[in-house]
Amino acid sequence: MRSIISILLLAFIAWGIVTVIGEIPFGTEKSRVGGHYVDQGREETGASNIVTSVVLNYRGFDTLGEVTVLFVAAIGLGAALATRRKKEKREIEPASLVLYTGCRFLFPLILLFGGYIFIHGHLTPGGGFQGGAIVASAFILVYLGCRGRRISETVSKTIESLGGLVFVVVGLVGLAVGGHYFLLNFLPKGELNTLFSAGIIPILYIAIGFKVGSELAGVIDHLMEESE
Amino acid sequence: MIVYVLAILLFLIGLYGIVVKRNLIKIVISLMIMEYAINLFFALIGYREGGAAPIHTEELGDNMVLFVDPLPQALVLTAIVIGLGTTALLVSFAVRIYEKYDTFDVRKIRKLRG
Repeated sequence: MRSIISILLLAFIAWGIVTVIGEIPFGTEKSRVGGHYVDQGREETGASNIVTSVVLNYRGFDTLGEVTVLFVAAIGLGAALATRRKKEKREIEPASLVLYTGCRFLFPLILLFGGYIFIHGHLTPGGGFQGGAIVASAFILVYLGCRGRRISETVSKTIESLGGLVFVVVGLVGLAVGGHYFLLNFLPKGELNTLFSAGIIPILYIAIGFKVGSELAGVIDHLMEESE
Repeated sequence: MIVYVLAILLFLIGLYGIVVKRNLIKIVISLMIMEYAINLFFALIGYREGGAAPIHTEELGDNMVLFVDPLPQALVLTAIVIGLGTTALLVSFAVRIYEKYDTFDVRKIRKLRG
């Protein structure tokens, strides 16, 4: 009975959505602003990856808000799990030598790959958020494979705060230098398709990479604490 | 046209899960399915016939290539990160509720227990 009613409700919602969305043609150009980004984006920002130029240059302020949302979610998760009652410590069985050594061997390589992804965010697919997620996956590996090893909370909080601070300070310097708007790209654009190009974009993406990586590692730390 | 309908179908599967399922973890997973259906829909909106990924490379040089619309991709990037944050928060609430009531069943989480 319950599922029949809900399926009827869903069919009604589906009809409503499809009548609106069915009008949209597939595979044609829809937004003029997208065309502007494709045509002018490389000259205006110096970034080869147009998605990066949109995320950090045209919509940089939006990205600052996004980083703030992630920060608030991480804080909320910490607060929700902080007041739990203390459970008696369970015996943790140590992993086998092969697993332990493998984790320790792979950990720096994964960190290196994450760093590569967020440093080259303006040239190749990827960027600060993706690189940060890869860095956090290195910490998941260590938490699962080498039980008992923890990251220091002070270090991760410091890195996270520094990342946020760099973002805001770079934005304010742009405002002071140009005087037009927040996050103005005030550094020289450099040569296209090289690492040192696109002005402030690589700096911001490195800051975001560190921030997201340490935040996600903190989230994993809180959730793993729960299971021990 | 039909691809949009498929994305909406995925969205409705997620909505069905939220309405019908009673396990908190399954509800969180359904929410994630809805989220990814919307992201997929955005990526489909930005598609242009025969378009390439919007990245200039050495090989392409200065030739004018047809790129897909980068704006929906940038928006989806934002949405994925925020979705991750909210999902982590939901999971932490589910963990807390399980500690309090020893169940994930939403029907049994009724009594206010101090």
